[in-house]
Amino acid sequence: MKRTVFRNRWLPYALVAPQLAVTIVFFFWPAFDSLRLSLYRASPFGDRMIFIGAGNYERLLADPAYFRSIGTSFLFSALVTVGGLAVALLLAALANAKISGLAIYRTLLLWPYGIAPAIAGVIWLFIFHPSFGVLPYVLSFVTAYQFNWFLKGWVALVLIVAAAIWKQFGYNLAFYLAGLQAIPGSVLEAASVDGAGPIRRFFAITFPLLSPVTFFLFTLNMTFSFFETFGLVHAVTQGGPGEATSILVFRAWKDGFEGLQLGYSAAQSVLLMLLVIVITAAQFRFAEKKVTY
Amino acid sequence: MASTSPIAGAVATAELAGRLPAARRRDLSGPIAHAILVVSVVVLAFPLYYALVISTQTLDDVTSLPPKLLPSTHLAQNYAEAWARVKMGRLLLNSAIVALAVAVGKIAISLLSAFAIVYFNFRGKQLVFWLIFITLMLPVPVRIVSTYQVISVLGWVDTYWGLTVPLMASATGTFLFRQFFQTMPDSLAEAAQLDGAGPLRFLWSFLLPLSKANIAALFVILFVYGWNDYLWPLIVTNRPEMRTAVIGIDSLIPRTSQLPEWNVTMAAAMMVLLPPVIVIVVMQRWFVKGLIETEK
Repeated sequence: MKRTVFRNRWLPYALVAPQLAVTIVFFFWPAFDSLRLSLYRASPFGDRMIFIGAGNYERLLADPAYFRSIGTSFLFSALVTVGGLAVALLLAALANAKISGLAIYRTLLLWPYGIAPAIAGVIWLFIFHPSFGVLPYVLSFVTAYQFNWFLKGWVALVLIVAAAIWKQFGYNLAFYLAGLQAIPGSVLEAASVDGAGPIRRFFAITFPLLSPVTFFLFTLNMTFSFFETFGLVHAVTQGGPGEATSILVFRAWKDGFEGLQLGYSAAQSVLLMLLVIVITAAQFRFAEKKVTY
Repeated sequence: MASTSPIAGAVATAELAGRLPAARRRDLSGPIAHAILVVSVVVLAFPLYYALVISTQTLDDVTSLPPKLLPSTHLAQNYAEAWARVKMGRLLLNSAIVALAVAVGKIAISLLSAFAIVYFNFRGKQLVFWLIFITLMLPVPVRIVSTYQVISVLGWVDTYWGLTVPLMASATGTFLFRQFFQTMPDSLAEAAQLDGAGPLRFLWSFLLPLSKANIAALFVILFVYGWNDYLWPLIVTNRPEMRTAVIGIDSLIPRTSQLPEWNVTMAAAMMVLLPPVIVIVVMQRWFVKGLIETEK
């Protein structure tokens, strides 16, 4: 806490007013309105709302497609976050040396972070294009299997995972490299003298010392893969083929704005909020125990 | 963005863990590191190169097999075609307005509220603190239908207000500035008060210059976020001339029944992706500095 504080009766309120106003109007109002709306459904002519209690929730929880969508979201997030971070960490650990030109490498790694998920998706869509894309063409020499994401759900999922990881990978790698450079070589040398092999050194020293970086990147990539990838799904796969890439945010948008089932979509928003709160709480509990600062 | 300075934490722990004399590293590690980094950089660059090459080709080049990986002659035609087909000038202008307004607006309101929370004691401070920081957990996508209804009540559909202001309702900036202000020594404010500077003069002449790296880092993050956001502009705009550039690209993707004019699509993609990428490359020094070294 600061010992020196300014004294003024009204100024602090004036200073927080803009942020507070924006937060109340565009955060609390909609959040509570989602709760209210989730208890209603539109009448057949869409002219008024009918109170149906927990009806929307009952319908959601009885719908196997909703659970498949939860599964898809978690699979997608895990591949992008855990998979993406693991590879970045592995490469960063292997590339951890006193090398020249690190600033240039950093520039060459960071730029994809600026690409919109939807644009990344468009580029990868063409790379995966069944008729003209370079990837199916190369693969056609290896196997007769048709890598057609229009028809095969798992190929579509791989496509959006590839686009998402492409955007995030350099950023993750750059942060791991910076974190590794901050670990004094002496610590690893000491362990080496004590007879610890490279793998043991990595898990006993490097990985725990990097835990703040991992925590930071994990949070960032989770948020990214859950929410910001909406554009990727919307522009590239439209949730398909079938429902293979229908992540939770896409589903909530589709039911709300294409299906015009406002209450049903609001119920999904409420469950999504609960999910995010649970994940965040779990993450911070885990961080308290495992992250070494 | 829970932790603002992960690297500083790692350094502190590392220093505690071992105060041992530095020793030499093995010689092979250098070339291996360069090899890994060069391969990573090339693999990351390939999709962009591919997109750039396609954007210079004719329709025949694009659809030929094996795929052609060298630039061709149609650069000007493709970019002109993409520009005309979706009114790209207007879309890029909208994106620029949204990205700048989100970045500048959010930095301004976050600076003010973080300053109030750190440097003042006032009734209800705890409540204000929690009201603001609870938003850290829940981004716009989890309350789309209701936020849209708020916007239509306000009459902000198809306006720049509707496109920008809701994106400012998040505490990431406030959190970053609060963390940074708390690392300022108390003597700074004392010195300012001895000089007869009031709170606003102190914010403007002392804190603001010291926060330059943080402001620059936040500017990059928010500019990229504002430019690239897809869900919110899709919901809150109906008129084509109020759409942003990332959404404009959607109508240029050749669907199954259409002519596969991927050269035009890629030309549009290049135009849309360039501005945020340039912002990152030009400002990456501050971007990295503000994120990695906040507490130094």
